[in-house]
Amino acid sequence: MTIDWSWISGHTDDLTTLTVSHLQAALSAVLLGLLISLPLAVVAHRVRPLRGFLLGLSNVLFTIPSIAVFVLLLPVSGLTRTTTVIGLTIYTLVVLLRNTVEGLDSVPTRTKEAAKAMGTRPLRTLLTVEFPLALPVIMAGVRIATVMSISLVSVATYIGDGGLGQLFTDGFQRNFPTPVIVGVVLTLLLAVVADALLVAVQYVLTPWTRRRA
Amino acid sequence: MYELFKNLGGWLTSGEQWAGPDGIATRLAEHLQYSLLATLVAAAIGLPLGLLIGHTGKGAFVAINLSSFGRALPTVGLVVLVFLASGLSMWPVYVALVALAVPALVTNTYAGMTAVDPDVKDAARGQGMRGHQVLLQVELPLALPLIMTGLRLALIQVVATATIAAYVSFGGLGRYVFDGLAQRDLVQVMGGAVLVAVIAVALDVTLAALQRFLFRHRTA
Repeated sequence: MTIDWSWISGHTDDLTTLTVSHLQAALSAVLLGLLISLPLAVVAHRVRPLRGFLLGLSNVLFTIPSIAVFVLLLPVSGLTRTTTVIGLTIYTLVVLLRNTVEGLDSVPTRTKEAAKAMGTRPLRTLLTVEFPLALPVIMAGVRIATVMSISLVSVATYIGDGGLGQLFTDGFQRNFPTPVIVGVVLTLLLAVVADALLVAVQYVLTPWTRRRA
Repeated sequence: MYELFKNLGGWLTSGEQWAGPDGIATRLAEHLQYSLLATLVAAAIGLPLGLLIGHTGKGAFVAINLSSFGRALPTVGLVVLVFLASGLSMWPVYVALVALAVPALVTNTYAGMTAVDPDVKDAARGQGMRGHQVLLQVELPLALPLIMTGLRLALIQVVATATIAAYVSFGGLGRYVFDGLAQRDLVQVMGGAVLVAVIAVALDVTLAALQRFLFRHRTA
């Protein structure tokens, strides 16, 4: 199991393309997941009867194996990037939805009442009071969903996509370990960097949590 | 679309498809064997580790980082890597599945242990219980619900991922997915995927029922 360093230096362009494509797939899924779960979480938070149903549904979706999700989407969207992104998005939902609901739950009732007493309208309260206060819990979910998506993109290599996952198929078919090692290392690296960036974003977005400490 | 589902229904219910050495019954048994064995091995590693970290309070930082590292590790890459290192054996499958399950088990066991009320532990010590007695008779029973949740989570992930055995030429339900993809036989691919999803959900529901039965006397 030796690493062929000349292969790496000879393929920097391919590696860059694959890394970018990998990151694009994962980030699109997380963004799409947020776009779906933020409004759904508000509904689940406000309408009690729907809460169990929505959280339960996202749990059931999570039980379905990722490879099965990709495959079951084939008749709908075929061997395309769309299939990859939809499949990954389904996985982000369980974490994003649950954390957003929990985040909204954690906002103290008194704070919401104070906003109401000052004449703030419900939508404005949601956007300028509830969401910002729920942000730390929501961001914890975004971090988990991002790392998970980055790791899962490679499963889509079976349906011909998969970013860095293509290096695994390549190395497997040619019995050549270097691309596989490079793929694993780059995936881990992407996950670590993305996670660190999200921590930084949260730090900038929630200055009040620092002042208190 | 309708035609596809009709064929899928036919594939799943034909007796021919279920019988024989590459029939659904055999593949199902193989899939369960890989999943259960891997989860057992992972439990044998992850549970003591989680209990130890929770009991002593040492190494929590390592445990939390281990879990996020585990989440980021691409299973497909790991399988191929071990395959290239070890050649044609069951090692790649089990190494990848165990590596997938251990972090979930360690973090949930640890979370269960930290959720135990410190007053209860103090009371146990005050009554003269020794360290291992506190661990086995007080902390473990109280942490058990969260440990069970971790076990369920790990098992679902392992069952879902055991499809990967077929990628390195072994059996299990992944056989249908990969053979179907190679033969451009969408019915077979979807049949395999549906079966994996069904047993993942069925195992989870069974364990959830078991969990409710075991802890029926507890008030939350």
